[in-house]
Formats: sequence, structure tokens, C-alpha cells
Amino acid sequence: MNKNTLTQYLSMEKKTCLYDRHVALGALMSPFGGFIMPIQYSNITDEHNAVRQHCGVFDVSHMGEVRITGPDAEKYVQHIFTNDVAGAPVGQIYYGMMLYPNGGTVDDLLVYKMGENDFFLVINAANIDKDVAWMKEQTAGFDIKLDHQSDFYGQLAVQGPEAETVVEEVLGIPCKELKFYTAKVVGDIIVSRTGYTGEDGFEIYGSHEFTQQAWDKLIQSGRCKPCGLGCRDTLRFEVGLPLYGDELSADISPVMAGLSMFCKLDKPEFIGKEALVEQKANGVPQKLVGIELVDKAIPRHGYAVLNAEGEQVGEVTTGYHCLSVDKSVCMALVKTDYAKLDTPLFVQIRKKVFEGKVVKKKFYDKHYKK
Amino acid sequence: MAKFEEGLRYSESHEYIRVEGEYGYIGISDYAQHALGNVVYVDMPEVDDEVTAGEEFGAVESVKAASDLISPVSGTVVEVNEALEDTPELLNEDAFANWIIKVQLSDPSELDNLMDVEAYKAHCNE
Repeated sequence: MNKNTLTQYLSMEKKTCLYDRHVALGALMSPFGGFIMPIQYSNITDEHNAVRQHCGVFDVSHMGEVRITGPDAEKYVQHIFTNDVAGAPVGQIYYGMMLYPNGGTVDDLLVYKMGENDFFLVINAANIDKDVAWMKEQTAGFDIKLDHQSDFYGQLAVQGPEAETVVEEVLGIPCKELKFYTAKVVGDIIVSRTGYTGEDGFEIYGSHEFTQQAWDKLIQSGRCKPCGLGCRDTLRFEVGLPLYGDELSADISPVMAGLSMFCKLDKPEFIGKEALVEQKANGVPQKLVGIELVDKAIPRHGYAVLNAEGEQVGEVTTGYHCLSVDKSVCMALVKTDYAKLDTPLFVQIRKKVFEGKVVKKKFYDKHYKK
Repeated sequence: MAKFEEGLRYSESHEYIRVEGEYGYIGISDYAQHALGNVVYVDMPEVDDEVTAGEEFGAVESVKAASDLISPVSGTVVEVNEALEDTPELLNEDAFANWIIKVQLSDPSELDNLMDVEAYKAHCNE
């Protein structure tokens, strides 16, 4: 039934080390970020609910990894990264962005402190080439080694309220004591209490061979549902987590996206800091908001957001019928005058205009285990 | 596996029409609802709207995507299936029993451009 298999085999997109397993499971495969990735195995709703209620596993081997080591590693990370890693304990993880000097976003990423002057950076698949080139351009004057490791690492995300027991019992990886946003090395693998779903969960980085064996164990255990990128997007969206390309871009700064808390303006310097200081002082022309619609029609990326007079004042960045709360909602970048809570806004969906209002852009509460 | 119903005419874009006299009931095939996944919203025209063969008359929204509905025939909408407004998932439960619009045909010869069930099956397996 998988009619596209041959086309996919012949395509230019890269495959992860689990590609054959996805096809064998009958996944709907589609290009994402330069890779052929599983969008869904059964259906998005069931996979979404499995992660909210039990446990799901995602192949996220398409994500990129870069290791920064050397005497100036911390100084270099502080220079290219908006969050503050100074004096962090080993194992601590930080979320933040790399910015252009004008405050636009190169990428959002996780930075793992693996040791003194030893950092592990996890970047978005679609941005790997751009990010690595950008990072290399910024190395002048720093005594560091930049090691691009994306082709070595596979990555699994085990997510959901049962993730902890599944990782411990099925994979035999001790993780109970691992705190939120920390990591540890177990043999040749890195395991962290992180994720992109709003649930408790773990991300596990290892060789392709390890990743394949761990995936097989998880699937064969029957305690962990294979989940595709379709529900990864619905899960991250409804807890208000941004996706680069939708909520962040070269034109969307973290201040516009409401992510200032991950940009430490009290740091001595980082690329883009001056632009953010200026944006905080003088305001930004557009802001990211949540919009909840009265009706059930679904606002999608790129649809126009209108004010009560029918003038376009913004654009939808991501929208769904939110599965966990049964409402049609979206995130949208709108003119700052329209960003206040409860402001009436309208979304043009095909030929019709649907009424809504500004709400918090977190449509469902996160359930992290901290 | 998708079900196929005999006696209907099908379009390449996976709509079906069940003709009764001068009227036709238009919906999406079981193959289409499978491919879409959980339907969460159906955007329908209003009674008395004109539809044109080969042109969009509404949309079906699944979690994944919005898919335009293309009318297999030309005519006037005489009824819309209001049950789909509150329970769009009826399309997943039984796509053939739950038509979307009822149309008064303006040019029944357009039906000759559509596929019978065998041709449609072959189309889905291409």
C-alpha cells in the first residue's frame, strides 16, 4: 500500500537510520527538513493521545548535533547563544537561540554542558547546513574545536507520563533521578530529560546501531507507540512551543516571539544583544499571540489575520484544531496594537472570515516532571 | 482497507455522486476519508449556491491538512448535510452514508466524465 516507496528511495532527501523500520511499520513518509520522515503510523490523533496519556517514541535522528570543545568553548558558546551558560554545572541544559546582529533568529537550539569547556549543541534539521556555516563564521579569535556530529548520532524521543518507567525498564537506562533539563552520559549514549511535547520525557542520543536496537526494543515491548512528526507538531503547538520557520525566523526575533526569558540581556555580550536591547526599549512592530476561534474551521500557516474593520493586521504561523481541548486555535504574528489579550481578531479561511479573540499562546498546560 | 460502493460515480479528486433523478448527493469516498484521517471540520456551501463541475465548493479539514472539495457536476445546492456541522467525524464513520451536499443537476451529461467503481478502484491503486 505504500505507493511512494520507490519515489522516496530515489529522492534526494536523506534518510535516518530508522527509515526501513518506518516503512515496515507502514508509516506515511514525507520530506521534512531535508529528510524523509514518518508523519504518522496510525493516525495523528491516536499518536497525540498516546503521548498525553501513556508513552510514545519519536525518531528525531534528523536533528543536528555539534560539539564545541577547547579552552574558549564556554566563551564561544556565550558569544553565539542568547541564554547564559556561565558557570553551569555539568549536565545542565539550556534552551535559547542563535541570532543575527539585527536580532533575527538563526535557529533555536539546546545547549548541553557536557564538561568544562565541552558543549553539545542540538539544532534543527532544516537549519543544519546554515547553522554550521554560521557557527564556523563566528569562530575567529576563539581557541575551540567545532565538531559537526549530525551524521554520527541517531536520536530517539521517548515522551509521555509513562516515559520514565519505559526508559528504565525497557531500555535499562537509569533515569529516575535525572532532573528536568539535565543530561548524563551512560556508556556511549547521552540521555536527557527534555522533549518537545509538553509531557515528561527523555531524549536519547547514540550511534545508529544503538538507536536501531533501542527503537526495536521499545516497539516490541508494546509499551510505547511509534509516533510521527504529525503529532509532534500538534503536541508542541498546543503547549505553545515554537517551531523554527513558523514562530521564529530570520525576520522574527525572540522578543517578537515572546521568548525574551531565554535571552539574558545581563550577559556582557552575545551576537544580537544590542538589537534585542533596542527592541525591549522601543517595542517591536509585531508580536506573536494566540487566537482562539469561535467556530471549528482551522486556521493554517499563512492565512491572513484581520481586525474588525477587515484590514489585514497579521498572519497565522501555526494553527490546528487543538486535540486536547477541542478548540480551533492558532499562533499568529500580529501588529503589536492587536496583541492584547481578548482583542477581537478574525481569520480568513478560504472564502470566509471567522471570528476569534487573542488568548494566551499556551492552549494546554505542560506536564513536566521537575 | 478502503471500501468501494457500486452504483456511484467518482471523480479523480475522490468525490462521489449518487444520482437520484434530477438530484445528486455528493460526498467523499471511503478511500479519501482514510487518507485524510480524523475529520474535524467540514466547510460547506449554502443552500441555493451554484456549484460548477471541476471547481471547489468547500473543504474538509483533518488534523493534518485542509483539502478542497471539488464538485463533480454543475448545479444548485438544494440541501447541505447539517449533521456534519457538529459531527464531522461522521465522514470517517461512513463516508458513503454521510453525503455532504445535495445538488440539482444542471447538466446530467457531465456524469459521463466521471468514473464507475471499477475505474475508480484502478485510479486509487495507481
